[in-house]
Amino acid sequence: MAALLPVPAALRAKRRREAVRTLAFLSPWLIGFAVFFGYPLVSTLYFSFMHYDGFAQPTFSGLKNWRYVLTSYPFFWQGVRNTLWLVVVMVTLRVVFGLGVGMLITKIRTGAGFFRTAFYLPYLAPPVAATIGFAFLFNPGTGPVNHLLGTLGLPQPGWFTDPSWSKPALTLLALWGVGDLMVIFMAALLDVPREQYEAAELDGAGAWQRFRFVTYPNISPIVMFAVVTGVIQTLQYYTQALVAGKVASGIIGNSGQQFEPGYPQGSTWTLPQMVYSLGFQRFDYGSACVVALLLFAVAMAFTALLLRRRSGLMGAED
Amino acid sequence: MTTSTRRPHRTTAALACAAAVALLAGACTGSSEGGAKDDASKDTTITFWHGWSQPSEVKAISDNIAAFEKLHPNIHVKVVKNVTDDKINQALRAGGSDAPDVVSSFTTDNVGKFCASGVWADLKPFLAQSHIDPATTFPAAMADYTQYNGNRCALPLLGDAYGLYYNKDAFKAAGIASPPKTLSEFDADARKLTKATANGYSRLGFMPDFHGYESTPTHFLGQWGATYFDKNGKSDLAADPAVSAMFQWQQKLVADLGGFQKLEKYRTGFGDEFSEKNPFETGQVAMAIDGEWRTANLKADGVTFDWATAPFPVPDDQAATYGRGYQTGTIIGIARTSQKQNAAWELVKYLATDTDAVVSFANAIHNVPSTFAALKSPKVDQDPNFRTFLDIAGNAHSSTTPASINGGAYQVSLQNFGYKYESGQVPDLKAGLAGVDKEIDAAIAQAQ
Repeated sequence: MAALLPVPAALRAKRRREAVRTLAFLSPWLIGFAVFFGYPLVSTLYFSFMHYDGFAQPTFSGLKNWRYVLTSYPFFWQGVRNTLWLVVVMVTLRVVFGLGVGMLITKIRTGAGFFRTAFYLPYLAPPVAATIGFAFLFNPGTGPVNHLLGTLGLPQPGWFTDPSWSKPALTLLALWGVGDLMVIFMAALLDVPREQYEAAELDGAGAWQRFRFVTYPNISPIVMFAVVTGVIQTLQYYTQALVAGKVASGIIGNSGQQFEPGYPQGSTWTLPQMVYSLGFQRFDYGSACVVALLLFAVAMAFTALLLRRRSGLMGAED
Repeated sequence: MTTSTRRPHRTTAALACAAAVALLAGACTGSSEGGAKDDASKDTTITFWHGWSQPSEVKAISDNIAAFEKLHPNIHVKVVKNVTDDKINQALRAGGSDAPDVVSSFTTDNVGKFCASGVWADLKPFLAQSHIDPATTFPAAMADYTQYNGNRCALPLLGDAYGLYYNKDAFKAAGIASPPKTLSEFDADARKLTKATANGYSRLGFMPDFHGYESTPTHFLGQWGATYFDKNGKSDLAADPAVSAMFQWQQKLVADLGGFQKLEKYRTGFGDEFSEKNPFETGQVAMAIDGEWRTANLKADGVTFDWATAPFPVPDDQAATYGRGYQTGTIIGIARTSQKQNAAWELVKYLATDTDAVVSFANAIHNVPSTFAALKSPKVDQDPNFRTFLDIAGNAHSSTTPASINGGAYQVSLQNFGYKYESGQVPDLKAGLAGVDKEIDAAIAQAQ
C-alpha cells in the first residue's frame, strides 16, 4: 500500500461535505434506528447481566441469568422446541399453501375476484378474534368441526386441548390467514414472462417441468422473501398461541389470576411468551432479556443463512 | 494507511456509545423516593389508582371516596379507575407527580415482590401510629397474604372465600339430604349425582380436573391447610403430607367419575366461567367449588333450579376443621414514591379498616368484608348463601397461598405438575413433588 497518494485538501473537504449531507439525509432513519433498535438492543444485553426486578436498582450478576435460563428454568427448552416446530412446519406449509392458492387463482378463468377476496379476507381478521373463533370452531366437545368429523366417521382430535394437536391447530389457523402470501405470490406469478412458458411447452415440458424450470426461477426471490419474513414472524409468535391456550384451558384471564402458560401441557409455549412471563409475571427482567437476546440471535442466524443464497434473492437472471 | 489509524477510534467510539446506552439503561430504572413528611391535616390532593371497571363497582368506590372526603375535608382524592397491574408497576417504577399515592391490586400473589422491593411503602409505622393490630383486625389468612417475611406493605381490601355450591334439586332427586362435610361423603355424593352416557355425561356430580375453572390445586389445598414453604423459605411440597393427600384424593375422584380423558372431553363443552354458561349455572355439574361472587351471578342470571352454598368438605381425618376454605382478595397500599404518605395512609386506613366503608363496599360488589368487625356487622349482606362465605372468611382454619418473592410462580409450577399428574404422566407422586420443590427453589433463588 506504499502507492497511496496524498489526498488534496480540497477533495477531502468536498468528501467531508458530501458525507455530512448524506448523513443529514439519513438522519431520520439513523435516529429511529438508534432509539428504537440500537438502544433497546444494548439495554437488553446490559440487563441480561444484571439482577433487575423492575423496581430496585439493577445489580451486576454476571452469567447468573444465562445459567438459570439455559440450565434451571424448566420451560426454556420446551419453548425452544415449540418455536422451532412452528418455524419449520408452519412457515413451510404457509409458503407452499400460499403459493398453491396463488397459482390456482391466477389460472381460474371465472370467479377469480371472488376467490381472491375470499382467501384474502381472513388475513384481515384481528388475530385475537380469529383465534377465539377457531378455538370455538375446533372445540372438541361442542365445535362444528369435530361434529362434522364424527358424522363422517372420522377421528375427532382434541385440537387446542390436546398437546399432540395444539400446534397443528395453530398451523391450520395460520393457513386460514394465508391471504398475505397469496397476494404476493399472485403478483410474482403474473410477472413471469408468458413466452418462457410457450418456449418450454414447445420443448415438450410438462406441468412440473414448467414450474421447476420457468415458474420457480422467476419467483424464487419472492419465495425467499416469504420464507425470511415468515421465519421472523414465527419466531415472534405470541398472540395466537397465548389466546388459544387461554381460551382452551378455560382461563380467560381475570386480573390477578395465575394461568398455565402454553396450554395444553406447554405445547403452545413459545419464546416470546416466555419473555413476557419472566419479565412481567416473575419480575426477572434479566432472564427475560437473556431469552430475548437468544431469540434475536436465532432470528439473525436464520436470516443470514437464508440471505447467503444471493441467487435466491436476486432472481435467476441476476 | 488512514483506515488503519481510524479503526481503533471507531472501535472506541462504538464501545463508548454502547457504554453510554448501558448507562442510560441503568438510569431508566426509576429511583425517586417518597416519604411520610407531609402534614395530613393540611389541604392536599392524593391520587388513588384501582382496577375496578364495572359501573356498579366504580360507583361503590366513588361513594366510599365521597364519605372519606366528608370525614377529611382537607384531603381530596383523585380516583383513576380500571388501571391494570402493569400500568401500576410502571408508574411505581417511574414515580413523579403523576404517579399514584394509593394503589390497589387484584394480583395478591405480587405482595412478595411489592414488599421485598419496597415499592409499596412499609405500613407498620402507620399501623402503630393508628394503634391498629393486623392480627386482631383482619382474619388470619387475609393478614397473611398482605405481608411478606414480616414486611407489611399492604392491607386487605375485601376478600374472596371459596366454598361449595350445590344443586338442591339434583340433591333431592339423588336422595341426598344435606351437603357433604367430609371428602368421603363428597366423593359418594359426586358419584350419586353423576349421570353418565355412552360418550360423556348428561350431568356430572363434580368436575375434579384442575382445569375445571376454580378446581385448582391451590384452592383444594385450602381444605388441607397446606403451608407450601418450610421455616427456611424452601418449598416443602414433597414433605407436606397435605399436598400428597390432596393429589391422591383428586386422582381417585377422577378415576371414580369416569377417568381423565372422559372428564376432559366433557369439560371442553363448558361455557365461559363468568357468564350464564358457567357449567354449574347450566346444570352440567351438580356441585362446584367457587367464590362468593357466584351467589350474585346465580341471582342475576336467573337460574331455574334451587341451589345453596356450604363450606367445601374437609379430609375425613380433619373433620373438626369443617368450615374452612381457601381465601384471597384485593390488596391496597401506599406507593413508595408518594410524597403524601400521611394523607395516603388516611385513605388506606379508611378504606381497609372503617367498618361502614368495608361493609358498604362489600355489599356493593358482592365480595367478602376483610375485617373481623365488618364480618360481624349486621349491615353486611345477610343472605344465607352469602353468609356461608362470611363464615369461611372468619374461620380460624381458613388459609391462603403465601406471598413469594417471584409472585405466583410457585403456584404455576404446582399447577403444571397437577396437569401432568392428573393425566397420568407422573407415576411417582413423591418424586414428582420433589422435582417441583427443586424447580420452585431454583426460581426463588434466581429472584433473590
